[in-house]
Amino acid sequence: MLLTGGEIVVQALKKEGVDTVFGYPGGAALPMYDALYGSDIRHILTRHEQGAVHAADGYARATGKVGVCFSTSGPGATNLITGIATANMDSIPLVCITCQVASSLLGKDSFQEADVSGITTPITKHNYMVTDVNILTKVLSEAFYIARSGRPGPVVIDIPKDIFSQTAEFEYPEKVQMKSYCPVEEGDPAAVEEVAKALAEAKRPLLFVGGGVVLSDMEEAFAQILHKTGAPFISSLMGLGSIDKSKPLYLGMVGMHGTYAANLAVTNCDLLIGFGVRFDDRVTGEVSKFAPNAKIAHFEIDSSEINKIVKVDYKVLGDLRWSLPLFNSLVKPCDVDPWIEQVKGWKQEHPLHYTDESPRLKPQKVIEEVCRAMADDAIIVTDVGQHQMWSAHYCRSTRKRGFLTSGGLGTMGYGLPAAIGAKLGCPDNEVWLFSGDGSIMMNCQEIATAMEEQLPIKVFILNNHGLGMVRQWQRFFYEGRYSHSKHMAPTDFRRLAEAFDATGITVRERNELDAAIAAAKVCPSPIFVDVWVDDDENVLPMVAPNEALDNLVE
Amino acid sequence: MKHTLALLAENYPGVMSHVLGLISRRGFNIESISASPTEEPDLTRISLVVEVSTQDELEQIICHLEKLVHIIKVLDMTKEDPISREMALIKVSGNSNNRGEITNAVDIFRAKILDVHPDTMVIEITGEVKKVDAFCQLMKKHGIVEIIRTGEIFLSRSPQAAAKQIK
Repeated sequence: MLLTGGEIVVQALKKEGVDTVFGYPGGAALPMYDALYGSDIRHILTRHEQGAVHAADGYARATGKVGVCFSTSGPGATNLITGIATANMDSIPLVCITCQVASSLLGKDSFQEADVSGITTPITKHNYMVTDVNILTKVLSEAFYIARSGRPGPVVIDIPKDIFSQTAEFEYPEKVQMKSYCPVEEGDPAAVEEVAKALAEAKRPLLFVGGGVVLSDMEEAFAQILHKTGAPFISSLMGLGSIDKSKPLYLGMVGMHGTYAANLAVTNCDLLIGFGVRFDDRVTGEVSKFAPNAKIAHFEIDSSEINKIVKVDYKVLGDLRWSLPLFNSLVKPCDVDPWIEQVKGWKQEHPLHYTDESPRLKPQKVIEEVCRAMADDAIIVTDVGQHQMWSAHYCRSTRKRGFLTSGGLGTMGYGLPAAIGAKLGCPDNEVWLFSGDGSIMMNCQEIATAMEEQLPIKVFILNNHGLGMVRQWQRFFYEGRYSHSKHMAPTDFRRLAEAFDATGITVRERNELDAAIAAAKVCPSPIFVDVWVDDDENVLPMVAPNEALDNLVE
Repeated sequence: MKHTLALLAENYPGVMSHVLGLISRRGFNIESISASPTEEPDLTRISLVVEVSTQDELEQIICHLEKLVHIIKVLDMTKEDPISREMALIKVSGNSNNRGEITNAVDIFRAKILDVHPDTMVIEITGEVKKVDAFCQLMKKHGIVEIIRTGEIFLSRSPQAAAKQIK
């Protein structure tokens, strides 16, 4: 059957099982939006393209499906850039369809023209520019396949306006096969055996879980390995959505804001096994002093991640869905009692802590109190900054895919739209967002989207009247020269919410917090809770950049 | 350490820009790059000469290049001792006083004179990079007006085509 380019896009989305897309129309996007009119695909109109791409990202992270977003040409497409880069750094599967000016106008600096494939090349897993309607189906099927397979990531398809109106035969391939792209699935079993052998011989083993475990839905297999081996474990920021934090042998998050026990364990272990991690600089600190006494094993799907930063002794290249169950079948209980005693001692003697004495509410306290009110299967979303690190430290364990945060890129403004995407993808789960007065302002317009869809997203703004993380660094490393990090004109977030017809509450005193949490819990639509917290609280522990992990300020 | 890499890529618009973008963004050192179609109509071959200090660095370059969706295979040709060639076109100042000397050098290097102008000569030279370098060095004293070099290309001595190594 002959279909127009626009109809082909809609039909391809249905073939891929896409039920929800996020986007913002415009001149070049008109023919595609016309094809969308009356289709049964749910389109969420955000208030900014950046909101659309972060929402698609939140949807993808929470559901495990590919997130889809649309934009028009030029500024519409460039507004997606931050969100695409965010997804790329955290390996989130997205398909972004950016409409382009008509073929005849390409390369002429036409109205709303931007070189989208050029701009997005460094921040995508792959991108396409479609110049022939006859390859549109092939491109769409490949884009979804590339986005979700192997190490997931964002794929951009740039489609000129005239392609949407041209017609072509629509026959969607059942299975995609590409000569040049064959993601690894199963690797070398001998490599897994070697790591199991090394683990059996190790005196001070440590397991390190990262975002790869979340992306491959391997929480259960990892939990079995923990149970079977009895080895202590640590997590990266991205691994937090995959673990039970209440386990006695969970030593905490590792790295710049890692716990004492986690950082000391890395420094002193003799075998460190990383699962779906990429040894980011926020994890390693000074690389030459990272795990100096350890053999390092790396379970990883992307060969270019192995030996990129940390030189490893054992590499297990392959999908964790293959390697983790195999590893689990090979491991034996670790007989390392002295080491267990040592790490437990570190954990007991140096727990995460804060002093709750100032008259102002402590942000850590707020997070703990809010978490107490959450349903067991709630999804927690964060923005970026101090509140993000406190959330990593003090939030309860979540359901799988239940802790959504911009880890690699650290994108302020990620939180609210990502929470919208998560809620649309998982309507039966509560969605709670921790944000800051800096981050929330970067995409606060999306509360209009949440209102339109009547999404009961519970937003807690930990308001320290400035850019807390920037101020912390200025305090520590720039002699307290607070250059442009204070908000001199405060925003009234209660009234901001009310302007969108949403609910807003201000919490200035300790005794107002419980009632605000209770109100948020039952609020049937979006709610902003503006909690005034201690302005000068620091995120601790902290390791200064390029320092050894055990050189931490508590 | 200099390594010669042969990249086999799908003949798709933008593949060269993906390769170049990757190289500059990851800070890899390349000495030359050259691309052309091959005996297979849908295949492009890119010859890349990289300068690395360690084996790990080389592996990183290969892994990152292979990760590009349109790159089918990256072959490190260095170990195979491939046949390598580069071509240069050199415009050199030459008049009746020194033309004889230049012509002599052209003969010795088995280069070719393509064009003669009262004040300049255009010479074509093909050979291993070292030979081209040496000839350019020799021409310097006559005054080089402009040079263009193709970058190194290389082919293995094995009877099998590189494209056949794709699984």
